[in-house]
Amino acid sequence: MRKLILAISALALAGTAAFADPIADRKALMKANGKAAGQLGAIAKGEQPFDAAAVLAALTTLSEDAAKMDVAALFPAGTDQGDTTASPKIWEDMAGFQAKVDKFKADTAAAVAAPPQDVEAVKATLGALGQNCGGCHETFRIKKS
Amino acid sequence: MGLIGKLAVAAVLLGGAGAAVAWFLSAPVLLDAEAVAALGEGDATKGERIFWAGGCTSCHARPKSEGPARLELAGGLELKTPFGTFVAPNISPHPQDGIGGWSLEDFANAMLRGVSPAGEHYYPAFPYSSYTRMQPADIADLYAFMKTLPAVEGKAAGHQLGFPFNIRRGLGLWKRLYLSDEPVVVLADGAPENARAGQYLVEGPGHCGECHTPRQFTGGLKKDQWLAGAVAAEGDGIVPNITSGEGGIGDWSGGDIASFLETGFTPDFDSVGGSMVAVQKNMAMLPAADREAIAAYLKAVPPHPNGYPARQPAQPGG
Repeated sequence: MRKLILAISALALAGTAAFADPIADRKALMKANGKAAGQLGAIAKGEQPFDAAAVLAALTTLSEDAAKMDVAALFPAGTDQGDTTASPKIWEDMAGFQAKVDKFKADTAAAVAAPPQDVEAVKATLGALGQNCGGCHETFRIKKS
Repeated sequence: MGLIGKLAVAAVLLGGAGAAVAWFLSAPVLLDAEAVAALGEGDATKGERIFWAGGCTSCHARPKSEGPARLELAGGLELKTPFGTFVAPNISPHPQDGIGGWSLEDFANAMLRGVSPAGEHYYPAFPYSSYTRMQPADIADLYAFMKTLPAVEGKAAGHQLGFPFNIRRGLGLWKRLYLSDEPVVVLADGAPENARAGQYLVEGPGHCGECHTPRQFTGGLKKDQWLAGAVAAEGDGIVPNITSGEGGIGDWSGGDIASFLETGFTPDFDSVGGSMVAVQKNMAMLPAADREAIAAYLKAVPPHPNGYPARQPAQPGG
């Protein structure tokens, strides 16, 4: 019994620690997404040579980050306040927001399953994935500064 | 007649004179015959470029349209502003519900003078205060292109505006203050040629200043803070400073700006957001030279610090 209580407490603590600051956590995810998109962008723009392994690594990062986007944990009620650019529309239309997140998950998983094999294909993939970024930020982010 | 009576008569006479002057000054001003003749024959193929530059579909397609549906200009988008709610009308070529019955002259008077075929002022939510700088040939080309789009049935709802903004005639006075086809910015003599092409696209059809420039309480643009960014007309956000001043995009190269307009990614791979998403989709449809021209112009405009107040620090526990 005591062990069970300890285990539950530990779990609870771990849970609290992981999502102690959902605003910071979701920002870190978005930063990581931006960095991965930037790696694809450098190849798409010809600033970096095509490198299949680097492309796959960037796509994998995007896909793993997408999988981490647990809307309930990262966007709990009340976190439209504070140092955030999240729009109140997230909480007004949770289903619509979840649909955008699900599409991002599906699109990044599909890109990992069939990664682009040349620069032109990287451009196309980045363009298609980028529609997810803008598509969600169009409605669910507010530019504040 | 006592003093009070005399004063009352004087007030009525003066008030009447004032009203007469206001009525005269607020009259819609149409294009003259020479300007109409200058429109010429439109070319629908060339007009498609003007259509994307002008961003017509961002407001006039049904809200949330994607793909080919962006060419169905049924209207219906609501702009909730401090003046009230404006609703974008149907401007598809439908003869009754859209603008299919309009002549080229009607169209040009709407675009360049903000006057409807019935002789009424349009509200400047329709950005004719930018479109007024457009070349006559581009107006004719755009008219020809829009004729090729699908006719969509159904009128959009009317605007919902409170007094005094619901009196269209008053806009004639507003136009006397703010409607000008002169360039906003004087570019330096040595400015690159494509910066001048960009000036036309930004100040004219692109109507970038309508959101990126702060406004006076009258709704007129503060041209001394041109493109300095502004509090968004809708919602809580801001529209960014796109000059090279503090808070702006001075650290973006021309290539960065052109690339953003093409792909929607900022130099540090943040993405486009808000109402700029629809604008960027339009800009992506332009020839690359046009995006480069816009970039060259933005690099050449006078730098300003942000045209919106600094963000309030987050309230603890708030």
